[in-house]
Amino acid sequence: MSTNAMIELALDRVDWNDLAGNQEQLPRVFTPGEVLMPESGFMRGHGTFVEEENIVASVAGVIEKVNKLISVRPLKSRYVGEIGDVVVARVLEVGQKRWRVDTNSRLDSTLLLSSVNLPGGELRRRSAEDEQMMRHYLDEGDLISAEVQNIFEEGTLSLYTRSLKYGKLSQGMLVKVFPALVKRRKMHFHNLPCGASVILGNNGYIWIAPTKGEEQEGGEGGFVQNLNEVVPRSEREVIARLRNCILALAKCKLMLYDTSIQYAYEESLKYEPRELLQQHVMFDIGQQTQARLRDVDLVD
Amino acid sequence: MSGRLELLSEQGLRLDGRRPHELRHIKCKLGVFEQPDGSAYMEQGNTKVLAAVYGPHQAKAKKAEGNELIINCQYSQATFSTSERKNRPRGDRKSQEFKMYLQQALSAAIKSELYPRSQIDIYVEVLQADGANYAVSLNAATLALIDAGICLNEFVVACTASLSKSNIPLTDISHVEEVSGGPKLTIAALPTAEKIAFMEMSERFHIDQLETVIETAMAGCREIRDILEAAVKEHLIHIGSAADWARVC
Repeated sequence: MSTNAMIELALDRVDWNDLAGNQEQLPRVFTPGEVLMPESGFMRGHGTFVEEENIVASVAGVIEKVNKLISVRPLKSRYVGEIGDVVVARVLEVGQKRWRVDTNSRLDSTLLLSSVNLPGGELRRRSAEDEQMMRHYLDEGDLISAEVQNIFEEGTLSLYTRSLKYGKLSQGMLVKVFPALVKRRKMHFHNLPCGASVILGNNGYIWIAPTKGEEQEGGEGGFVQNLNEVVPRSEREVIARLRNCILALAKCKLMLYDTSIQYAYEESLKYEPRELLQQHVMFDIGQQTQARLRDVDLVD
Repeated sequence: MSGRLELLSEQGLRLDGRRPHELRHIKCKLGVFEQPDGSAYMEQGNTKVLAAVYGPHQAKAKKAEGNELIINCQYSQATFSTSERKNRPRGDRKSQEFKMYLQQALSAAIKSELYPRSQIDIYVEVLQADGANYAVSLNAATLALIDAGICLNEFVVACTASLSKSNIPLTDISHVEEVSGGPKLTIAALPTAEKIAFMEMSERFHIDQLETVIETAMAGCREIRDILEAAVKEHLIHIGSAADWARVC
C-alpha cells in the first residue's frame, strides 16, 4: 500500500491573520484590569467588576451595553448556557433519576428522567421500573441532542428532550469547535441541500448525520438507534467533506451557521475531501466563504 | 563576593549587549492549539515556553473539598531545553516547586469566586531554557488564561532582577547571568494594583539595595504587561475581524 504524505515547509505556512483584512471601524477591545468607565449610573454585568468606583474589565473582549448594564464579552470561552439553547451532549454517568452529561460548559449538566420522553405515551408516570431501565435508554458514552430547560444556582444546566426533535443520536459524526463560533439563531437543525443534516449545538458540538427519509422522521425523539442500516459511501463522503469544511471555517475563525457551511461546502467541491485538511486549502475555503458572506451582507 | 563574574562591562553593557534596564526581546502568540480552551506561546530572549489551559470544568470528585475553585498546574521542561540533554521526570523537586509557585501567583489573579466547584488545569512546558524560566512560564500561563476567557483581576506578570558588582540593578536576567553567581530576585506582580503576588530570591546582597532591585523588577513587570496587553489586543482584532465581529453584534 502506498500513501501520499504531505510535508509542508515552514516557509509556506499560512498566515491566518491575512483573513482579518483592513476594516475602517474596529470596535475597542479591552483587556483584564482595564478601566471601562466610572461606576456612577451604570450596572456591572458579566466580565466586569468594580474597583475603586470604576467598572473594570476582567476578560479580554469587546464591551456590550444594554441600557445601563455594562458587560464585556470574551471572544472565546467555555459554553455559557442560556435557556432555550440547542445542545449536543454526551452521557457521562447514569445516576439516580438523572443522567450526568457533558455539554462543554463549566459544570456537568443533568438530564432528569422526568425530562425525557419515554416510549409509550407522553404523560406516562415514571415508575421504579423506569429507573432500573435508565441504562437501557441512555448509556454512558451515548450522544443526545437536547434543549436547555433551566439553569441552576451554581450554573449547572438542566436539559430536556421532551420533543420529537431531540433525543438519542444514531449514526453520524461529531465535530467539536469553540462554542463562540456557533451563531445563535432560531434554527439549529438543518437539512442541507448537499444531502446531510447538521445539528449546530450552541455548546460548540456539531452533529453531522445522513438526512433521514420522511417516513423515519417520527421515529426520533426516542431511544431508537439504528446501527444496522448501512450508510452508502456517497453519503459518507458528503459527511466527511462537511466535517472538513466546518473545521476549515473554525480554523479561519468564521461563524458557523447554515449559510456559511453551505457556502464552504460549495467552495470545497473543487477539492477532494481529504485535500481539505491541508492548510492552504483550508485558508482558501475560508477566504472564499468570507468573500461570499460579505457580498451577501452588502446586498442586504 | 569574590570569584563572581562582573556582569556589567566598563561601557555599562551586559554580557549579551543589553543595557541594565533593558528587557530581552519578547514575542508571544495566543491560541496556538485547537484542543485546549486556551493556549499561548511566549518567547523572552531565548527562553521559549508553551502554555495550555483546560477549563473551567467540573472538579474531580476526590479533589473537591467544599466549593472552592481548584487551580491545577503542571510545569515541565523538555529534555532538549538546556545545553545538556537530560531526561527530566515530571515529578522532580524543581518542577514541583515551580508548580506551587505558579499556583500561588495565578490564584492571586483568577477571580475564583466566580467558579465554584470547578477546576482549571494549566500545563506549562519549557521548550528552551535560557534563564528566568519561572517568569516566562507565568507570563505564558497568563496569556493562556486570557485566551481561555477566564475572569482575571488583571494581568499577572513576572520579571527577574539582579545586581551587578557595582551595585547597578539589572532587569530580566539571562541564563549566563544567572549562573555567574549574581543574586536573582523573581517577582510576580499585579502591576496596575502594584501588588506583589510572589517573590523569591537566591544569593544575598545588602538590604540597602533591596528596594532598588525590587523596583527594577517591578518596572520590568510593568513593561512586560504593556507588551502582553498589546499582543492580546492585536490577537483579538485579528480573530474578531475575520468574522466581521459577527459574534459580538
